[in-house]
Amino acid sequence: MAITKICGIETEYGIVHRGVAESNPVSASSLLINAYVSELAVTAAASSPSVGWDFEDESPGRDARGSAPADAAPPEVETHLVNAVLTNGARFYVDHAHPEISSPECADARSVVIFDRAAEVIIGRAMAAAGRMLPSGQELVVHKNNSDGKGNSYGCHENYLMDRAVPFGRIVTAATTHFVTRQIFTGAGKVGVEASGQGGDDDVTYQLSQRADFFEAEVGLETTLKRPIVNTRDEPHADAQRYRRLHVIAGDANLAEVATFLKVGTTAIILAMVEDEVLDRTLAIRNPVAAIRAVSHDPGLARTIETVDGVAMTALEVQFELLDRAKKWAEDRGMESVGPDVGAEVLRRWEQVLTGLETDPDSVAGQVDWVAKRRLIDGWTERHDTSWSDHRVAALALQYHDLRPERSLAGRLGLERITTDAEVARGVTEPPTDTRAYFRGRCLAKFASSIVAANWDSLVFDVGSEPLRRVPMMEPSRGTEAHVGRLLDECSTPAELVARLSS
Amino acid sequence: MAEREQKRRTAPERKTDEVAEEAPQTSERGEEIKADIDDLLDEIDDVLETNAEDFVRSYVQKGGQ
Repeated sequence: MAITKICGIETEYGIVHRGVAESNPVSASSLLINAYVSELAVTAAASSPSVGWDFEDESPGRDARGSAPADAAPPEVETHLVNAVLTNGARFYVDHAHPEISSPECADARSVVIFDRAAEVIIGRAMAAAGRMLPSGQELVVHKNNSDGKGNSYGCHENYLMDRAVPFGRIVTAATTHFVTRQIFTGAGKVGVEASGQGGDDDVTYQLSQRADFFEAEVGLETTLKRPIVNTRDEPHADAQRYRRLHVIAGDANLAEVATFLKVGTTAIILAMVEDEVLDRTLAIRNPVAAIRAVSHDPGLARTIETVDGVAMTALEVQFELLDRAKKWAEDRGMESVGPDVGAEVLRRWEQVLTGLETDPDSVAGQVDWVAKRRLIDGWTERHDTSWSDHRVAALALQYHDLRPERSLAGRLGLERITTDAEVARGVTEPPTDTRAYFRGRCLAKFASSIVAANWDSLVFDVGSEPLRRVPMMEPSRGTEAHVGRLLDECSTPAELVARLSS
Repeated sequence: MAEREQKRRTAPERKTDEVAEEAPQTSERGEEIKADIDDLLDEIDDVLETNAEDFVRSYVQKGGQ
């Protein structure tokens, strides 16, 4: 039976230090995070979240297939760069020359959207804080995108908790079909193509995805080169006997809330269906690497891709088929694993967006980023009596992703909201109440000065007497408000908390 | 269900027509878009980065994950 799909999202942002001769992305990212953290320390009633990251259980080189090919290059853990753990349970740090925010663990897709938007607010405040520290004429500019348009990509990853008992091969087949075709609503839109010389489409004016050009393998451990559609990093950050964490690297960072909601919501449903063994191999894609590009390079949504059985289908047809199967699964099995109300909302919006894409793509400009961006550029080129080959089009497309509120174009296009400002504001400082992120966030808000290190699955306390006390959090669905809310209210010192937890 | 099957079978053909219609920017659809986001475009010209072209030309990121 499908287990609760605890999930999260991690975004690497593009960053530029303007007003200096040479923009150094690592120091710019460090400055961004340090500026945010030091302003918190000054303004917040709670102590600052300048807590170290505990790398003891990090093992990004472990492969879900059991053993990795000899030429696989496992990612390195960078332990020396800036790291902050926030009171909302998120991690804000420097990764591969980019600022990155990993959301807290969320119990459903709607919660992910709230914390993804909260991350944008955090970035906005961090840019403003850095601006106050920098000499005049300088500023940090952060974009929520996945490509610089010049062949360099950085990721927006999703994570889903899965039952360890499910054979990895079954996950790969179903996930690949979904990742290749979900682009029609998850794509953030890209002007031009960055996969030249790799077969086919060198003359794409506009494509669905920022990211599709960068996938060169079907399955693998890498994340920075030879990127695979399904990543095999086997680092559950939880009880490894019971769980795996599916680490998804094949997604775009979205500005549209509905796109994020559907990206995470539909994927959680597909993975729950894999656990319930209701997906067969009939929709397996014959050549996924070519197919992910073919789908992305076709904003007309007419091109077909081939299944292993030789059936030619459009991405839209594959998605309608997945939707039909998901509806049947929901009727037969219920949607406890993805949250019944959220699951029903995902199914409703999934159908709405697919139908819109089929009948009149512009009708989903409020829900789908690539459509919103295309509509913006269509309108702008018409207004200025120019064409898509105008150099300014690339500038317009880049500024769609600009996170400075005064410059953001996505923020001016009337994209549909599914969160409220109050929810997002709360998500900047407060953790979700329904996962272990609650325990992490509350402890950081209340006892930060006694926490010497934090990690996804543990907190290390200095309770004043030797030795340091490590509190393991190997079960992502425990440590919720219902579970430890009262305990945290009642304990006035970390020593009391640790004592009561171990009794 | 049966209705959707029918719709899907006919979809590719219809799409080909739509793609053909998209090419001339003077299409009816183009006019609708223009009217719809005209006000928005006024504002967008105000917030567009000065030296936007230079900015996008110099926009180079290090590869990440």
